[in-house]
Amino acid sequence: MTQLALVIDLNVCVGCHACVTSCKEWNTSGSAGPLCDENPFGADPTGTFFNRVQTFEIGQYPNSETLHFPKSCLHCEDPPCVPVCPTGASYKRKEDGIVLVDYDKCIGCKYCTWACPYGAREIDEKEKVMKKCTLCVDRIYDQSLAEIDRKPSCVKACPTSARLFGDIHDPESEISQAIREEGGYPLMPEWGTHPANHYLPRRKTKLKIHMDELERADNPLKVDGQLPKPAKGAPSMDDASAW
Amino acid sequence: MKPAFSVIFLTTLLGAGQGLFLALFTHQSYALFGLLPMQSDAFYGYGSVIALLLLGGGLIASFFHLGRPERAWRAASQWRTSWLSREVIALPVFMGMIFVYGVSHLSGFRPEVVTLPSGMLIDLSVVIGYIGTFLAFVLFICTGMVYACLRFLREWYSPLTVINYILMGGSSGFILAAFYAALAAPSQTYFFVGWALIITLLAFVGRIASLIRNARLKPKSTMQTAIGVKHPHIVQRSMGSMGGSFNTREFFHGKSPAFLRTIKPAFLLLAFVVPLLMLAMGTFSPSLLGLVFVLQYIGLLAERWFFFAQANHPQNLYYQTIG
Ligand code: SF4
Ligand code: SF4
Repeated sequence: MTQLALVIDLNVCVGCHACVTSCKEWNTSGSAGPLCDENPFGADPTGTFFNRVQTFEIGQYPNSETLHFPKSCLHCEDPPCVPVCPTGASYKRKEDGIVLVDYDKCIGCKYCTWACPYGAREIDEKEKVMKKCTLCVDRIYDQSLAEIDRKPSCVKACPTSARLFGDIHDPESEISQAIREEGGYPLMPEWGTHPANHYLPRRKTKLKIHMDELERADNPLKVDGQLPKPAKGAPSMDDASAW
Repeated sequence: MKPAFSVIFLTTLLGAGQGLFLALFTHQSYALFGLLPMQSDAFYGYGSVIALLLLGGGLIASFFHLGRPERAWRAASQWRTSWLSREVIALPVFMGMIFVYGVSHLSGFRPEVVTLPSGMLIDLSVVIGYIGTFLAFVLFICTGMVYACLRFLREWYSPLTVINYILMGGSSGFILAAFYAALAAPSQTYFFVGWALIITLLAFVGRIASLIRNARLKPKSTMQTAIGVKHPHIVQRSMGSMGGSFNTREFFHGKSPAFLRTIKPAFLLLAFVVPLLMLAMGTFSPSLLGLVFVLQYIGLLAERWFFFAQANHPQNLYYQTIG
């Protein structure tokens, strides 16, 4: 079984919103129709997005850190949004685990949004159907694209490579390794939705230097003068000579 | 959650319609066993017409909730997993059954189905009435479960949600039946008022119980689990958009806490206390009972508004600050 997913490295994300705009651009120009906006140039612009980048402040000034947090549908392995849909418009694909909405079946009742704890679905206020991240299903299988381009639009756009894409059921995939080895975690694990998308935590790279590392243990210059100073031509490897 | 007026009217009108039908058929069942005088076919027949009108009003209100009402028929397809789909099926079936019940009375087409050994005659309207009673409860359960099955909305995720839908619908319907009887069969008014008192009292207890339960809920999701950072101080600085989004419009009621604090005693008074006091006064003029029904209906509208507004969706954690 395959479960495609994104892994988002919060240690690398700089909050530039490149994934947001690139997602919008790709998904508003596809065969599924536009992602509608209202008042795009007015006072209160609002619109349909699959992906949002949010910003949080962790801690209190002056000991605070900024966390940029991209959020889209997590393609839950046990998606609570699917069984509640009365029309069957929301479904999870067996072959790759992507959760999709069939825009031709959706009646716009919004019940699925009540059942998603992450707020990952947004109704298109003009088309009146539910929309959400498709993991660029119309792109990742497109044989007319070069293989390197068969990735979700957001992944391609990220300038810091904070977004990784792959199959979390394949233990050897890049994202499985990242989750395993870099502390990948799911959001709101308390609801048992088993999100496929994972996040890598913020990490601080700290260099810890111990006192004894500051002194050359083998005292190469023999400044203490307890051993005879070797001749200039003698070998200079630390453990073999004093140079 | 943002209370949607379509759903507020849908649930309150359905409740009244179901309750009215249950009241009418309860009377007919009592009469069948000789405990009450059987009323004319017109009494039960026109009563069913009123119930049908209420249910039809609810059905129309529900369409205003849909983005694509022309596709509403599709909503009947997922009855295996979706309570909303089950409700969509149960409502027209129930309405159809009331229609047959009403027609059977109004046309006088009540062929005998079986005569019990005790000599009691079971005719078509009785059989339909029992099926209708069963369907009324099925519909109540479906409507309640639409809300009670959502485990993230912890204020709703309780059997009390279903029980209260049944009790409040029943209370509204029996009060309406009392009003109707005061006009059409005054001698029977006391029967409906008696039941209305009992059910309204039970509904009051049930609603208080759910208010107490909700006041003690502790949120399961926190800022920490929402973004997966272990730190006691996490503040959102930007939700990623300036002009709001679907997430800010659908999940926040947008009223002040003071408004919420006002509407709670208001609906408790109007929907429960005032009707109980007015019914207990013991004078059953049609105008008084009509007034009780209308006042209580306004109270139930406020109750439903509060029911939605009080539910706090975990997604709100992600939508706290525009910036
Ligand atoms: S994140 Fe929300 S919309 Fe996406 S699969 Fe999970 S529950 Fe469904
Ligand atoms: S809004 Fe559309 S996808 Fe969501 S539950 Fe209703 S019909 Fe299904």
